[in-house]
Amino acid sequence: MWYVLVILVTVFGVLGVAALSTMLERRLLGFFQDRPGPNRVGPFGLLQVVADAIKMLFKHDWIPPFADKTIFVLAPIIGFLCVLLSFAVIPVTANWSVAGDLNVGLLFVFGMMGMAVYSVVLGGWSSNNKFALLGGMRAAAQMISYEVFMGLALMGVIMTTGSFALNDIVAAQSHCWFIIPQFLGAIIFLMAGIAETHRLPFDLPEGENELGAGFHTEYSGMKFGMFFLAEYAGVALISCLITTLYLGGWQGPLLPPVVWFVLKAGFLICFFILLRAALPRPRYDQLMAFGWKVLLPLSLLNTVVTGAILLLRASA
Amino acid sequence: MFGIIRTIWMTFLHLFHKNETVQYPEQKPYLSPRYRGRIVLTRDPSGEERCVACNLCAAACPVDCISLQKGERDGRWYPEFFQINFSRCIFCGFCEEACPTYAIQLTPDFEMAEYVRQNLVYEKEDLLISGPGKVPDYSFYNVSGLAIPGKGKGEAEHELAPVDTHSLMP
Amino acid sequence: MSIPLAIYGLVAVCAAAMVITRTIAVHALVYMVATLLALACVFDTLGAPFAAALEVIVYAGAIMVLFVFVVMMVNLGRPDQEREKSWLTVGTWIVPALLALILLCTLLFGASHVTADPMPMAAGGPIGPQAVGLRLYGPYLLTVELSSFLLLAGLVSAFHIGRRIGERQE
Repeated sequence: MWYVLVILVTVFGVLGVAALSTMLERRLLGFFQDRPGPNRVGPFGLLQVVADAIKMLFKHDWIPPFADKTIFVLAPIIGFLCVLLSFAVIPVTANWSVAGDLNVGLLFVFGMMGMAVYSVVLGGWSSNNKFALLGGMRAAAQMISYEVFMGLALMGVIMTTGSFALNDIVAAQSHCWFIIPQFLGAIIFLMAGIAETHRLPFDLPEGENELGAGFHTEYSGMKFGMFFLAEYAGVALISCLITTLYLGGWQGPLLPPVVWFVLKAGFLICFFILLRAALPRPRYDQLMAFGWKVLLPLSLLNTVVTGAILLLRASA
Repeated sequence: MFGIIRTIWMTFLHLFHKNETVQYPEQKPYLSPRYRGRIVLTRDPSGEERCVACNLCAAACPVDCISLQKGERDGRWYPEFFQINFSRCIFCGFCEEACPTYAIQLTPDFEMAEYVRQNLVYEKEDLLISGPGKVPDYSFYNVSGLAIPGKGKGEAEHELAPVDTHSLMP
Repeated sequence: MSIPLAIYGLVAVCAAAMVITRTIAVHALVYMVATLLALACVFDTLGAPFAAALEVIVYAGAIMVLFVFVVMMVNLGRPDQEREKSWLTVGTWIVPALLALILLCTLLFGASHVTADPMPMAAGGPIGPQAVGLRLYGPYLLTVELSSFLLLAGLVSAFHIGRRIGERQE
């Protein structure tokens, strides 16, 4: 019974957070640009979420006649499912997670992120549209590359903890959050996380000004909505992951664990929005060169140095 | 690298800046008296239409949104109909500059949205206002040499009596 | 043999059959991904979660994406589909199928004579990542080193191909 409750709360919590963060993003972007943002519908514009959802549901759900229908429908579902499944292993508190003690929890998240690439790539391919195809190809290269750096940046945390289970990783941070010894790794993970969720400033697969809307050019209605929700749920996922891996998860003084987790993750979501407001989009070759020529050596260095320190400490 | 962090910090500080937005329907923006908005036709101080149907505004209009028909009554010209198609009007103000009688004027009002496009064609009744607009004291027939009922030649302001060509007096 | 294991195996076999018979390359690749995911599930039920995770990350998540990427690049159209269909005749697949049947027979024969416990799950629970790591850097160290050589060669050649041509001119 408790288990079913946890699953339900997780799923609907993620959906709610994803929907709310669309509103939060527009509000915060407004404030960063000295304007109020959407504030008309309901108190503080909160009902804007509902209005958007209704609009999206009632839009013409159009499948282009030149598209590959099966895969066109499949693509947004894949993306959405993968992000939702990833939340299964996030431990919100010590005893509140669907599978927080899975001994390959982190690898599970990575596997799901790897599968999420398909949603973008297949969406781009099945639209049978030049811009969508270009977006899909960009997404394939970008997301695979940045998954590498993401994994390598995490190696420091995994070596220190000695486990892939997210519960153990949080438990290992009871004295010192990993962001202090693993600062470089945290920064690389953050950047790779932005690229992995193809968020601004690394939203090259969408690239409004050169690709129309990139991989979802042909999508409309609720299928577009699923891409949209998956993107925001992805932001929430990366925020939860950084919270769990580097910011000590649910641990913190005075307040109850859930509050600490939500506070940290919420702060990170706001930080993602700040990055979007502040930074321009790099060129595609700059993005790839930055990944392979800067992030890869740095993350390898992080791994080697962490390993050396751990070995020295173990022998001492 | 430092530049990026500085950018992020500066953007963050904008969270605490004052909003520039004017909450429009509740809070009206300030429009200067010379704002070029909805076009009106004015009347002279005696309450007559100023427009003399000279067609200069229609000729000056770059998008040809003005159309009118001249009529004549008691020696005064007036427009039989006067239409402005606001779905074409670009509010350039050339008509106002071209008008010799200050009849056509642009006003600081832009709230003229319609659900039906046809409703954007304003007739003379929609355009005429009861006052003299921006130029309160001006009346074309009072300064022009044209004879109208109640005012003969040479009786206008700043006008000398017509020269009697049959006279030998200087 | 547990029921989930049978389901996963059945899914894998069906998906694999679909991979062969699809005429559109991307559809075949999607079924291939499904096959790999089913295999990962099989690994997990057999008590090797680490291998399952790697199967998903490396094969389904990375290598198959590259396949899709290549298929997207070469722009297959309707003529290619027709050609694929023409290749699906009995004459084309009968010989490979017979050869595979021989292999299947030997496999079944071998499987029926295995006396050891077919479920390694029974021996000491699931094999965690730590156990795999210890094995890799213990008895299989040479293999790890060899594959690292391969990766290094790949890295160097990628760097060579990706260098900027004409950089010297700047």
